[in-house]
Order: sequence, then structure tokens, then C-alpha cells
Amino acid sequence: MSFRIIVLAKQVPDTRNVGKDAMKADGTVNRAALPAIFNPEDLHALELALRVKDQRTDCEVIVLTMGPFRAAEIIREAMYRGADKGYLITDRKFAGSDTLATSYAISLAVKKLEPYHLVISGRQAIDGDTAQVGPQTAEKLNIPQVTYAEEIPQVTDKHIVVKRRLEQGIEIVKAPLPLAITVHSSAPACRQRVAKLLMKYKHARTITELQNEVKDYTELYNQRPYLQIDEWTVDDLNADTSMLGLSGSPTKVKKIENVVFAHKDSKVISSSDEDIDNLMKELIDSHIIG
Amino acid sequence: MNNIFVYCELTEEKLIADVSLELLSKGRKLASDLNVKLEAVVIGSGLKNIESQIFPFGVDVMHVADDQRLFPYTTLPHAAIVLNIFKQEKPEIAIFGATSIGRDLAPRIASALKCGLTADCTSLEIGDHFENKTQAEYKNLLYQIRPAFGGNIIATIINPETRPQMATVREGVMKKEILDPNYKGKLRKVDTASILKDEDFVIEILERHIEASKINIKNSQVIIAGGYGVGSRENFQLLYDLADVLGAQVGASRAAVDAGFSEHERQIGQTGVTVRPKLYIACGISGAVQHRAGMDQSAQIISINTDPNAPINHIADFAIIGSIIDVIPKMIKYYKANSK
Repeated sequence: MSFRIIVLAKQVPDTRNVGKDAMKADGTVNRAALPAIFNPEDLHALELALRVKDQRTDCEVIVLTMGPFRAAEIIREAMYRGADKGYLITDRKFAGSDTLATSYAISLAVKKLEPYHLVISGRQAIDGDTAQVGPQTAEKLNIPQVTYAEEIPQVTDKHIVVKRRLEQGIEIVKAPLPLAITVHSSAPACRQRVAKLLMKYKHARTITELQNEVKDYTELYNQRPYLQIDEWTVDDLNADTSMLGLSGSPTKVKKIENVVFAHKDSKVISSSDEDIDNLMKELIDSHIIG
Repeated sequence: MNNIFVYCELTEEKLIADVSLELLSKGRKLASDLNVKLEAVVIGSGLKNIESQIFPFGVDVMHVADDQRLFPYTTLPHAAIVLNIFKQEKPEIAIFGATSIGRDLAPRIASALKCGLTADCTSLEIGDHFENKTQAEYKNLLYQIRPAFGGNIIATIINPETRPQMATVREGVMKKEILDPNYKGKLRKVDTASILKDEDFVIEILERHIEASKINIKNSQVIIAGGYGVGSRENFQLLYDLADVLGAQVGASRAAVDAGFSEHERQIGQTGVTVRPKLYIACGISGAVQHRAGMDQSAQIISINTDPNAPINHIADFAIIGSIIDVIPKMIKYYKANSK
């Protein structure tokens, strides 16, 4: 039996580089203007998984993601860096899921991949910053969790040692397998694409993507079944639809507001000696400093 | 039934953490608005003088689980105890600090109770809701207000159907306020032996290196904060030099922390701490919304930026157009020249 690691990854809009055209005039977010990227901390999670694989001969790294069809892009990206297989959970019925409904769907998919040893994901995704899906998935799988991992110093068939990055220090814990881990941004950066793997997996596609291809891949896929990225729908997961999407999400968005900061009448000054001298005098005189 | 619960976490010195006291202060106000009781949950070992730390914040009932296996914090035993209390007491609202501990524990609890949880709230209010689709009317819901989408929008989240309504809140967002130094609540001891099982202790802590936070930017009157525009860890030294002269603390934006210019403990903004100093000097910070959310309550803001159009300049009282390498040494020089 192989040592199976399931990496949970998410494709996210790059909210860190929000340009002027990313916000519409009405204050809502123009998702189309934001590039879709591999969630940064999920890349750190992939790296920790690949490091375990580097140390073992029997290790298999599976990437699991949930999202629209185009999220298959990050599965291919993970394959180019060393992942062995990918699954895409995709169905319109998942739309509107909050973290509770999302973790329910993910936990069903993870159960289909039993027996697994590790479920590893980034601590949080940059589009929501909630850090909830990792621990909630662990709870639904009824396995323990270790959050904010920075390093995995040791892995055996039964146990794992994890170094955690906390707000005010570090903690090293030993945990039994199977285990859920969330990975902190202080973990090592993910390795780059490997040319050989890029060649190997460049034709990896989901069924939906294959149907939109002009070329016929049937023969290629018969020879190389690993190129198949499986798509799982609500039916494939045998999911209870009342626990998915909006109906399965206890949190509701009541209101969305654009962030408005009151503009001040700023006094613009130069970096000349005179201007800085006057500024420091003013601050001292008004007892703000000094 | 229907009361407000605050999970109180402990510092390394086994004192109630500041963030928990802030949440008790907010919890007291919400409890008074709703005319219900405020209850605290304290889980740890060798707990001393807990009553005198907790009750002055207006806590009516304090649940204490004192067991040598419960400190330091590990997820499963704390979750087991909180779940046991919540299942019996059926809280209306439950609040946790958005800390390493709270963000580890609260989602586990919410998942087990199948209830809604909102992370990193910057404001909590009570309000009503009318659901157009079902024509259902909800009274006195908890409005969980938080920045979303990288801080570019502010969302109000509600949990109409599930209880407790759960939220985590960052340190420094709520104000710590003692209600009455002589306030007396009831103490309830939790029978840990009957709740905890061996399998709750499968995770073993091999080593811990936790330092009591030396960095205390939250309570500093003057903050010199650096952003990506500072350029390097070496250039950050200029900020420390100015901070030394002014008796200030050094903070950083997320971009500066991500770039490795500064420690995470100094991060100000939506995913760091919220500060309200007398003077905030923003050095090479463009002023992304996430950052402004954590400092726009500062009494005076000075921006030093080479870009005259940086968003931070719009909320600054003084916008110095120039490079920090040029400006900061001059600020030090003229501060020394002008102060007595």
C-alpha cells in the first residue's frame, strides 16, 4: 500500500494585486479583471507533500480541488511540479457554498480516496482568509489536525512530526496518521516546474476539457491513463444536496459595501530640509511627539 | 440557554489573554443589548486568580476546566470541552479570538455543531433581517462584519438559522473595558474526567519555544510603519533609528512582512493587528485597503512616499513626497534640533 498524501488546493483570484480596474464603479469586485492563481499557501502545502515524497519510494501525491472547470489549471500546475494525480470537484450545485458546505464536499471526496495518510492544505486562501476549511474538513473526516505547519522533520508509516509556526514562537508535535495538516506561509517555497514533468503532463485534461478539444486524444489516453484528471460531481460524491451550496451554508451575506475611507485634506510637503524642519517643529509644538 | 459565550485563552504566564478580555468587553455590551447573560469558558491547568481577571468585565457565569492535561493548548481536548458546554448550554452567540488558538479551535467546533462561523470580524452588531425569498423575519441577529476579498469590500454576514452564531475577532479590534471591579458572577467547574477520552490526547507536544511578545505595537502612542517601498531589511533599520529617537514602535505592512523585511508580529492591517496611535508614520506604504483598515483610526498620519498618488496620501495629514532614505535622517536631525 502506498503512502498517500492528498493536497487540497484552490484556484483564487489574485487579491493581493488589485489594480484600479478590479473594482467596478458600483463597488463590487470585477473578478474577470483579476488573474486566477494557485492559492499561495496551497503551494507551500504542495512543497511539504513533495518533500515527503522525495524521502519515500512508495509515496503518491494527489491534488484535490473544488471549483469551476478552469480550476483544472492548478491541477496541471501541481503535476508539473511533482504531483501524481488530480481530481476536480465541480458542479453548479456547489455554487454559493460557505466553508461548512465546502468542507463537507471535500471530506466526501477525500473519503473516496481512502486509505490516505495525510490531507494537507494551505492555512487559508487569499480570497477569503478564513482558515476554516482545513480544520472543518478534519472534523468531518474525524481525524486530528495540526495547523500552521512550517516543516515536516520526520514521517514514518504511523506517525509524523510537524513543526508549527505560532504567533509567538514554534511548537514541534508528534501526531498519528491519518492526519490533516494546514501549512503556514513561512514553510519553504514550492519548487519550480520540472521540464520532464511538463512534457509528461502537458496533455493532462479533464473530461470537459477533452470534449472541447479539436484533437482526438482517445489513443493517447489509452496509453497514458495518468493524464486523465477526474471530475467529480455531486452524484459522484453521493452528496446530500441540502448540505451543499446556499442551502447547506449557514452563513449568509446580508450586505456588501465598498470600502470608503474619509479623504483628508492632506498637506503635501517636500523632502527639503526646510519642510522637514517645519514639520518636526509643528509636531513638537502640538505635543504629538516630544 | 441563549446566552453569549466567550472562549478565553491563556498566555504563557497563564493569564487571560488581552484579546479575550477585549472580547469579554464586547460580549458584555452584546449581552446587555439582548438582555441575556455573558458566560466565559476558561480551559487550562493550575489556574489561579481567574475570577479576579474575568468577573470585572461583567461576566455572569464562568466555566472553568482545570486539568493538567489542558495546558498548553491542543485542539482535541479543548474542542471536546467546548462542545460539551455548548451542547448543554446552547449559546446564542459564541466568540473566539482570531489567534493561532482561536482559528484552530473555532472551525472545528462550528463543523461539529454544523453552525456558521465568520473569521476575523472587525465589528459585531445586533440587527434584524428579512428574508425576501421565504418572507421570514429574524430579530436580533448577530451582524458579523468583516473585510472580504483581500480587504477590498466589507461584508456583513449573518447566520439566520443555526446556533450558536460564531465569530472570531482579531486582537486590538475591540476595546478592553472593565465594567465593574466588584462584579460577581457564578463559577462552574467542568468535570473534565467525564468528558475527556484517551483519543483526545493523540497529539503529543515534543517541544515548545514560545516567547512572551516583546513587541507591543498595539499600545504604542507613536508607530513608524514600513511597507514594500522601504526596499530591504537593511533600510528598515532607518525606521528603528527614528523609532528610538521618538520612543516609538516599528510596524509593517503585509507586503513588507511577506518580502521578509520585518517580523510577522509587527504586521498591521486586516490580517495583522489594528492600531490607533497618536501618530502613525507610514514609510513606503502605498496604502492597500487591507492596511488602511488596520490604521485609519490613528489620530495623525504622516506618509512618506515617492509616489504622490499613493492611496495612503489621501488619508494622511501630511504627505511627504520623497524617499525614506532621504527623509528619515532629516526627521531625526530636526527632531533632535527642535526638541528640548
